[in-house]
Order: sequence, then C-alpha cells, then structure tokens
Amino acid sequence: MKSHKLSILLVSGLAIAAAAACGSDDSGDAGGKAGAAPGSAGPVSISVNCEPPKTNKAQRATFEEDLAAFQQLNPDIKIDKVTDAFPCYDPRTFEPKLASGELETVFYVNFPNVARLIESGQAADITPYVDEIETFKDFNSSIELFKKDGKVYGLPTDGYGMGLVYNREVFTKAGLDPNNPPKTWDEVRAAAKKIAELGPGYVGYGEYSGNNVGGWHFTASIYGRGGSVITDDGKKAAFNTPEGKAVLENLHQMRWVDNSMGSQLYIDWPSLMKAMAGGKMGMMLGAPDVLISLRNDFGGKFENYAITAQPEAKALFNGGAGYMINPKATPEQIRAGIKWIEYEFLTPGKGQLDYVRAKNANLTVGQPYPDLYRPDTPSGQAVNELRKANANIDASQFAGWVEGSKGIPPKAEPGPYAQEIYKILDTPMSAVLTRKDANIDQLLADAEAKVNALLASKG
Amino acid sequence: MTTASIPAAHGGRRQPTKLGRAVRRNVTAYGFLCGALICFAFFSWYPMVREVILSFQRTNFVDPPKWVGLENFRTVVNDPAFGPAWVNTALFTVLALLCGYGIPFVTAIVLNELRHARAYLRFVVYLPVMLPPAVSVLLFQWFYNPDYGLFNQILNLFHLPGLQWLNSTSTALISLVIVSTWMNMGSGTLIYLAALQTIPSELYEAAELDGAGLFRRIWHVTIPQTKLILLVMLLLQIVATMQVFIEPYLLTGGGPENATVSVVYLMYQYAFNFGNLNAGNALGLMLMIVLMVFSAIYLRVSRDNTV
Repeated sequence: MKSHKLSILLVSGLAIAAAAACGSDDSGDAGGKAGAAPGSAGPVSISVNCEPPKTNKAQRATFEEDLAAFQQLNPDIKIDKVTDAFPCYDPRTFEPKLASGELETVFYVNFPNVARLIESGQAADITPYVDEIETFKDFNSSIELFKKDGKVYGLPTDGYGMGLVYNREVFTKAGLDPNNPPKTWDEVRAAAKKIAELGPGYVGYGEYSGNNVGGWHFTASIYGRGGSVITDDGKKAAFNTPEGKAVLENLHQMRWVDNSMGSQLYIDWPSLMKAMAGGKMGMMLGAPDVLISLRNDFGGKFENYAITAQPEAKALFNGGAGYMINPKATPEQIRAGIKWIEYEFLTPGKGQLDYVRAKNANLTVGQPYPDLYRPDTPSGQAVNELRKANANIDASQFAGWVEGSKGIPPKAEPGPYAQEIYKILDTPMSAVLTRKDANIDQLLADAEAKVNALLASKG
Repeated sequence: MTTASIPAAHGGRRQPTKLGRAVRRNVTAYGFLCGALICFAFFSWYPMVREVILSFQRTNFVDPPKWVGLENFRTVVNDPAFGPAWVNTALFTVLALLCGYGIPFVTAIVLNELRHARAYLRFVVYLPVMLPPAVSVLLFQWFYNPDYGLFNQILNLFHLPGLQWLNSTSTALISLVIVSTWMNMGSGTLIYLAALQTIPSELYEAAELDGAGLFRRIWHVTIPQTKLILLVMLLLQIVATMQVFIEPYLLTGGGPENATVSVVYLMYQYAFNFGNLNAGNALGLMLMIVLMVFSAIYLRVSRDNTV
C-alpha cells in the first residue's frame, strides 16, 4: 500500500515535470530581455557582448569609452547590458542563452559558426538595413560568408588569411635565415628537419590532430594546395585528390621519415599555441593574429615570431569573426545593433579602428588585420593609412605574409556542416601523425565515404 | 473526498478520515518530502523529461519546435563515430571496473591490516580525489608525454622501450583507464575501509582458530560481510564509467582515429560543436535507457541474491 502511494506521488511529480516541459515556450520573447517593445516611446534598448576582459585594461577602457560616446551620439539608443564572457562566442552557452532570452542583441561569432547559424535560423536577417552602413560597399569577400540566398545575416569585423608562422630565434639557432623563410613545402620540410636536429624538445613543424582542429588545418592546407573539401554544390566530399594526398603525405614524411614533428599530439587550439610560445617549435600554420595571441595569451616573446605566406598557396583559408543580431530582436533593435557594430568596428578612425587612440593607449598597432575592406576602396585606403601612420610594432614581422599573400584568393569554410566534416578529417590527420604504417589512400577513401554519407543525410 | 464532506454526527464537527489522520500525524514528514520532491522535479525529472521531448524534436530555440519522430536518432546512429563510441565506452567500463573496482578493494584490505601509518596512508590514497579532475588530467598529460614524460622515463630506467601512451590506438584507451582509476580510487578505498571496519573481529579470530589463512579469511569473512557495499559500488561504478567524458575530452580529443571517443564525448560534440542539441539529446536518451535497463536487471539479480 505504502509503495502504491509512493508510486502515485512519483508519477504525479513526473507528470508535473512533463506538463512544465511541454508548456515551456521555446519560441521565447521576440524582443528578448534586451529591449523596448516595437513602437514604444523612449530609446530602444540593446545589449552587446565581447567587451574586452578586465585583464586587458587598456582595450577595455577604449571599449567603455566608445559605449558612452556612442550613446551620447545616439540618444535614441540605450545599451543597457554589456557582457565580457570569454570566449565571446561559446557554443556551450549560445543555445541556452538564446532559449532563455539571455542572448545579447548584438553577438560575436567566429567564421566557422556563421554558416551554421544562418542555416539554422539563429541570426536575424539584416538585409533591409545594410544600405545604411557607409562602408558596406567596400567590404572584401569576407562579407560573402554572412550571405545566403541574397540575404545578409551579419557583418565581418575581423578577417585574415592563413600563413606560415615561424620562430625567428629558432631559425637562427638552426642556421636558417629568418629573413628568408620557406616558400615551398620542400623548403618547410628541410627547415623543420634542421630545427629538430637542434636537440631534444625541438620540433620543426607543429600540427593539430584532434577535437576538430585537425580537420580545420587539413582544410587550410588543402585549400593552399588548390584543393577543396567539398564540391561547389556542397553535396559531395572533394578531398580525396592528389592535393589531399599531398597534405597527408607531407605530414607523414615529416613525422616518420624526418622525425621533425616531435611525438606530442596537439588536440586543441591552445595546445599548439602553448608549444609555439614555448620557444622550441619552428613553424606552424596560422593567421597573423597568432602572433599577437602568442604574446598576449601564451607568454611568447613577440619579437621572436614572424609570419610569411602559406607555402605555394593557391587559395587562403578565410579566418576571422564578426557580429550577428539576435533573431528575436525587433526591427528597431536590429537597426540600433547595426549602428553600434558600424560605430565600434567598421568606421575608419573610430572605435576599434581609431589607431591614434590605440597607439596612445599602448595597444598594438601595425598588424595587417582586421582585413575587412578591398584595398582600392576609400575605407580600405583609410584603414591602411591610419594603421601605417600609427604603427607601434615591427610591421616587418608581418611583411612576408602581406607581400606573399597578395592576390591569393580567400576560400571559405566548407559549408554549414564544417564542424562535422572537421571531426571526420581529424582521423586521417591523427593517423598520419601516430602510425608509421598509415595507409593514406585508405584513410582518404574512408573519410570521403563518411563525409559523403554525412552530406547525403543532410539532404 | 466524498467521505470527508459528510457532516459529522456530533456537534457538526467532521470526523477525520483515516487518510486525514495519517496525514496530520505525518505532516512534518510530508513537508520534508515535498521539499525533496520539488528539488527532484526541477533538477532531475524536469531535465529528463525535457531531454526526452527534445530528442524527438528539431528546434532552433527561435521558431516553434517541430516534431521529427526518430530523425535525431537516425542522425546519431548513422554517425561513423557512433559504433566506436559505444565499443570504446563498453571497453572503458570493463577495464575501469577491473582496475577501479579491484584495486581500491585490495588497497582497503591492506590498509585495514596495517598497524602503523594507517592514517597517513589513508590520506595519501585519498589525496588524488582532492585534486580537481582537470588538474589530475593535465598532470597525466605530462606523465604520458612520449619524449620527456614520467612513465617513459621509468620504463627507460629498466631499459624498456618507451610507449606512445595517448598517441597510439592500442594504448590510448587503457591510458585513460589508468587516469580514471588514479583519480577515483581514493573514494572507493575509503568506503571499503569503512565497511571493513564494521566486520566483527571475532569472525576473523574464529576463522584463524579454524586454520584459515589470509586468502581464506578474505574469501569466507571479508567478502561475504561487505557484499552489500560491494554490490552497490559495482552499480555506481558502472553507471559512472559509462559516462566517461573528461578524460577523452582533455587528453585525447576522442583520438587518435576515434580510439577514445566515448558516448558522452560524442553527445558533447553534437550538442556544442555541431550545434545539434536535439541529436545530442537523442544520444543521451539512448545512454540513459541502456543504464536504466542495466540498473533494473542488476537490482533484480542482486535483490534475489541478497534476500
């Protein structure tokens, strides 16, 4: 009898939970918590994220200065919530925040996630408002990442192509000329071998192999060799080609024939960065922001690092980040959010592109990014001139990359299922770095079949 | 309800029903029960029910969710990592059980037999539990480094060749088992030790008088006397090890070549890296059902054996 009553209680509890679950409103509040109702009087309220962290005092101060100046300039807009959670885009919290109405009106997103958010309807369509942005017509091809079917869903605020990051000090120690870094993969291989011969702990060339970053770097490498990961229509895998094979064979040779890659596996983004910052690694694939990150986030000696063009590159993987608008935002909030993005990130001489202020605040000026505008446009010229005039770092560390990358077309992530594809490509990457007897043809064929199955299941 | 509404015969006062009297008698107990029920409802049952619902839906948390039947289940079943994830999880569970169940029990018996330094050694055995799991994992990352790691240095001392540990498909999973055992054995040892100390010493004395040696004493006294706690720990350990996540997430990223991808790691990939929370929920529901079925069978068998 007692157990019967207990059962009733338990079932009632579960029923209440079920009712609560079914009754929950997934669609949420259209305006979120972020703003005033459409048509209501008074200023429109928005929230923004990605305020620089408290540890980065100088940059945070400029951001806060901009928040105040922007609201003074636009008395009809009130930024009532600013968050500084790091990383700015965190896939673990994005959907819970969106579901609960806590997602900021203007949110940061890095390029690998842009296509997926557009595909899943998790970013607002901003097409009707983009003509109000003065510099919109000057964007380089990175704006294409934010477009689908003729509609615009976000704005790039940071963009760069891949290159070869190298340690000048390690090059010198190995008897290599740091002013003449490798231009071909054969030269990379030879340099890596010399560096590894310096002794225990020295790694000539570092590469990723897990947690999706292995697949990400395979993609960057195959793009550089002129290959693709998926076909143009996005229906089939396209990496089981001589270019794909060359990427894996090169790594396999460096790892097992030259023994120039060490035996440590780098399974996530910080792991390779830490190794590079440690001062015993010679080279890695990376974008120009890696140099700043090595210094700011991993304690590397900035003056020791430089970046040159990706060897033999025919196309450059397009990395970067931008901002999108909460899909639950009202039209007024969308317009206000776009105004903020334009003010803070897109206007030469203002916000984060105010290089005079940045120089006075002792922030690094002179690195060749963000690369947002075509160089022949008024915006592109203005940004480049301001950057050059106020440079406070040795721009020669980037010169090889700037010169060598000129004219090489950018190439975007392989579609909205890039992360799933990267996970599959982790396997061949980890195989060539962990197995001397790795069968590259078989690895590529297996991965191809898996990616084809994945793409077929997505329709 | 109907009985309670009939007017009472004396002075219009209602005669409390049997249930009413019982409720009044136990009002405090029910009060406490309500608190527990509310907590369970919000923090256990509600998420579980949500998980079930979400696994049959497609939602972007913007538009109203759509019911998609078994589509999310098909997505995860067709994933090339689905099979390896279940095989690795099962293997990890078996290996973790062999190491993580036996070693703490033996350690507890040894500690229980010690006359000196017992408190100190108990502290040493429990120390790894006090370290945050991420710290323990990072410590092992160094131990396992094939070039300068502690383990290969020890092997080299004995003129043995170094192993690739996390870098090889043949040793990666067992390497994770070693980490897991090291991190968790302290708790198990303390629980077994507490159980061992409740065994009356007369039983051991009687066994010794009968001429039983150490192993016969363990077999005929220690194990039967700690059977209940051993059974409970077995169930808890299986449920916990089937949910292995932090070790592959931090040490191997599921690699090399999917050799250490686990069910929960794959679930995490779906929910947070692929932006497909619904498929992640479907995988979570599968794991929950497997664990529920296992627990039910186990409880049934162990109840039959213990009664």
